[in-house]
Amino acid sequence: MTTTTATPHALDPAESPLTPESWGKLGMWNFLAADAMTFGGLLAGYGALRYGDPSWPVPTDILGIPLTAFMTFLLICSSVTMVESLAGMRQGNQQKCVRFLALTVLGGICFLSLQAYEWTHLIQHGESIAKNNFGATFFILTGFHGMHVFSGVVYLSVILIRAALGKYSADNSNEIEIAGLYWHFVDLIWILVFTFVYLI
Amino acid sequence: MTAHSAEAIAQEERRYFQVFFWLFVLTVLEIGVTYVPIGKLAIGGMLVLLAGTKAAMVGLYYMHLAQEKRTLTYIALTPAVLCVFLVFMLLPDLGAVTRMLTHALAGATGNAPAGH
Repeated sequence: MTTTTATPHALDPAESPLTPESWGKLGMWNFLAADAMTFGGLLAGYGALRYGDPSWPVPTDILGIPLTAFMTFLLICSSVTMVESLAGMRQGNQQKCVRFLALTVLGGICFLSLQAYEWTHLIQHGESIAKNNFGATFFILTGFHGMHVFSGVVYLSVILIRAALGKYSADNSNEIEIAGLYWHFVDLIWILVFTFVYLI
Repeated sequence: MTAHSAEAIAQEERRYFQVFFWLFVLTVLEIGVTYVPIGKLAIGGMLVLLAGTKAAMVGLYYMHLAQEKRTLTYIALTPAVLCVFLVFMLLPDLGAVTRMLTHALAGATGNAPAGH
């Protein structure tokens, strides 16, 4: 005889969680949506200020496109190493995971170093956050993004140490995936910043 | 993303490198477009399209939105939609204010509007 017991707390299929494997993942997505609105506000403000200003300089006359194109390439590479790191842990290959995570962190550090070099160069050539709207929006947007890269480097370094200590396994890799979401978001935002601030 | 079988992971890894290739190609195209002798508006439109494609590829394949529930995609898209609204809401006001300030500055110095 089969018995069907009514469980008052059972989830209706229509109410299943968005990310069944981890609530942390949903939390990260919500954070990223909020963070994207901050970047959206900054980019919208940049666009609106630039649209109405006939004296806005041509960005390519001031900014070094080859350097920032290389920085874009670096971030894209670091996104690949991030997903490879997750794939490694899901294959149960801790060494692969740690190796690719270390490369991701290295990519972030190289990006920050190049950004510091770019800022120094621009400041030495008279650009500043207080000089004009171009300087203000440029330094705020790239600085805010750079802060995210720095946070990502710290975040991924912690995940790297935990992975090296054997805290994750093939069935327990959610924390790596969640950290990866943040890192890919930083890459995605840079794609937009590079296009709107440097190229257009 | 839930499928973790060896075959599924190997397939995922192949896709990661395909996406990487296309992101690289699109980035080169973006830089190339800036040198094309066409109108600024056309260049801007093409750059926005290329950047949107790259951002979508990162979201769909590296952030695994293609394999997640549709509602998560809606959450991810909400800021983009709000940002577009914000641009259109800001443009008339800020454009007018900036033009007014530019002309006021030109009038005060007796010069044509120049760089700040």
